[in-house]
Amino acid sequence: MRQQISRLSIVFGVLLLALVLARHFLIPKSFGKIGHYRAAAVDAIAARKIKYAGHQACASCHEEIVKLHDDRRHRNVACEVCHGPAAAHVEAPTEIRLPAPKQRGYCPLCHGYDPSRPTGFPQIDPVSHNPLKPCITCHNPHAPETPHTPEECSACHGEIARTKAVSHHALLPCTGCHETQKQHKITPQLSRPSKPASRAFCGQCHGVDASSPKEIPRVDLATHGERYVCWQCHYPHFPELK
Amino acid sequence: MESAGEPEAGGLDRRDFLRKSLPVPLTLLALLRAGEPEAEKKAEGDASKPPAYKASEHNYAMGIDTSRCIGCGRCAEACKAENDVPREPFYFRTWIERYVVQTNGETVVSSPNGGIAGFPPVNETGIVRTFFVPKLCNQCANPPCVQVCPVGATFTTQDGVVLVDQEYCIGCRYCIQACPYGARFLHPVTHTAEKCTFCYHRLIKGLVPACVEVCPTQARIFGELKARSSPLTRFMRLHEIQVLKPHLNTEPRVYYANLDGEVR
Repeated sequence: MRQQISRLSIVFGVLLLALVLARHFLIPKSFGKIGHYRAAAVDAIAARKIKYAGHQACASCHEEIVKLHDDRRHRNVACEVCHGPAAAHVEAPTEIRLPAPKQRGYCPLCHGYDPSRPTGFPQIDPVSHNPLKPCITCHNPHAPETPHTPEECSACHGEIARTKAVSHHALLPCTGCHETQKQHKITPQLSRPSKPASRAFCGQCHGVDASSPKEIPRVDLATHGERYVCWQCHYPHFPELK
Repeated sequence: MESAGEPEAGGLDRRDFLRKSLPVPLTLLALLRAGEPEAEKKAEGDASKPPAYKASEHNYAMGIDTSRCIGCGRCAEACKAENDVPREPFYFRTWIERYVVQTNGETVVSSPNGGIAGFPPVNETGIVRTFFVPKLCNQCANPPCVQVCPVGATFTTQDGVVLVDQEYCIGCRYCIQACPYGARFLHPVTHTAEKCTFCYHRLIKGLVPACVEVCPTQARIFGELKARSSPLTRFMRLHEIQVLKPHLNTEPRVYYANLDGEVR
């Protein structure tokens, strides 16, 4: 009996020793220091080299061009967007030079027309816009001119314009219904065009006693549509057929 | 216990045996541990981490305003350059998706080369609406990828970034399967899992992630989540904030504004 116990103790002792040794050699040193992971891994990842120096780095040498750039519409476009990662250039300014994309294909990455882009973002059709000319012959990318706002509403509101063009309202001008301030073309979000605020506005053409051509559909404003303004039910850019 | 106290002729009793044998592994352990502190100090000195940086004082998050994204792909390009992501068109830490909602009710999502070389023209007929959505690792506060890692090679840091330990990862791909956002991939050379780190090596130097740095329209906003005032807190105050796949309860730290209902 005692012999068995001592043998068992030895076996357990050996197992314990094996466990301690295995733990020591298999578990990395910094494992569990912060959490259930190797703390040294965080340092290893943190020690990786940066490639993009950040926009602050450019100003210390290229003072003038940064000043010009920061005054104009591209002020929020960091230097490294076009010139590429600059950390190596910051460390060795003469040996490593940064490219400047001068070819025509680069600017349309942002400014080529794409219906998925937000309305109002300056876009051109690269096929028809001064074909084959590099963009920088007319535009200074560091100080782009504020784009000339087109006269036509369709330049920005293309979707509405195309819809309206095939509707019964095709001949109505946009400004016939929307009062538009001049400021709307400069800061479109801050000065918004109006929408007709009363039922009487549509009634000028569609009311029973309106003096408009006879083929225009009529409704009795007194009984039709309860308390709603017309455009809350009807879509004036593409009115439904009778 | 009947024989515990009895002395044994010519040998040890159990109590003595235990008493004498217990210190053996302990001293061994103590001896092995003795060499460690120096090594640890050395490792800390090697890291280029400035001593002022304290991970526990930060809590990073990103905001994405989809209505500002122009789909230029500069973020995906900068990410690949900054983090040495393989150039093949199926390894991305961040990428841009184009959503095209059609009049027939179908939604077409595409991301040719992550948007780096731009998007092909779309046929504008039959489209209800179309827009771009930048995607990346959502740095979940409750990350499924960390839960499934069998070796503890992926983890959340104290400043709220989910990282992968390249040396410890065994390349089993559990985390790639578990990620509901498809944000992970297996690096073709190291055969370890890879993902967005919020450019952790930039954060500790006080810089913003490379994608945020180069976004020309400020569609991406980065900052401290709990700061009283930061670009991110302002962004979150002034927009209606949504996250991707909220029903999965992953609690993403990438917050979207003006997100379309079609986005998954």
